Amino acid sequence: MIPDVFPQVLPLYLGLSAALFALGVIGVLVRRNAVIIFMSVELMLNSANLAFVAFARYLQQLDGQIIVFFVMTVAAAEVAVGLAVIVAIFKTKKSINVDDISVMKG
Amino acid sequence: MNPLTEQYIMFGVVGTVAFMTALAMVTSRNAVYSALFLVLNLCSIAVFFLILGGPFIAVVQVSVYAGAIMVLFLFVIMLLGAEHTPGEQHLPWQPAVAVLLAILLLATTGYTLWRTAPGWSPTAGMPASLAGDPEAIGKLLFSSYLFPFEVTSVLLLVAIVGAVVMTRDTK
Repeated sequence: MIPDVFPQVLPLYLGLSAALFALGVIGVLVRRNAVIIFMSVELMLNSANLAFVAFARYLQQLDGQIIVFFVMTVAAAEVAVGLAVIVAIFKTKKSINVDDISVMKG
Repeated sequence: MNPLTEQYIMFGVVGTVAFMTALAMVTSRNAVYSALFLVLNLCSIAVFFLILGGPFIAVVQVSVYAGAIMVLFLFVIMLLGAEHTPGEQHLPWQPAVAVLLAILLLATTGYTLWRTAPGWSPTAGMPASLAGDPEAIGKLLFSSYLFPFEVTSVLLLVAIVGAVVMTRDTK
């Protein structure tokens, strides 16, 4: 039987996952467009998914993939509500620049 | 070819695509370009899922994430005409601090990874097949994870109600 070489590449996957997460953090911190901030959050969720699946492969257990399934569900719900919030804000403020919506007053 | 070399090549190609598209997504000026780069990024992650033995979640990733969710994003961007945010100006020190903080985060995770790596038990000799096919996923989902699965349906219902309430005309 060919020995499984995956344990040796697992750190690469985790490194890429960490890098994607960091890029998502940069996006959330730097960008001013509310939609792009949302997309950066999606990027972070996805980097976590990648780590989950890599560990599922490493441990030869499917539980990690199930978690990914739930993360996707949560992401879908988050996007539906979040974009509804953005549309509602746009109706009143005529802007989705997060600097324009820094006061908690309608 | 050496299986390790194969793994490195696959990771190198797909990983480069994933990283570059993520970088382009964050730095892109136009929100539509950002969304399209994110679609490409999600697809490359789906390829990773395939490589890692999860054909079912790879398909779900493409259809739900890259399909449904990103279409919703593009729809909202174009509905609001939000390709560019006028007056997007930063505090002069802000990007530098953000990049610094992100590098700090990356260094922390990298350090944890580096410290933990030698302790990992090698699982060499294990069967390389991990059956993430729909049947196995479904069996697990409807046995061990039945309760979380049901909670998910409530979550989606709440999200639907929330989205409707948010966008309702209050006049």
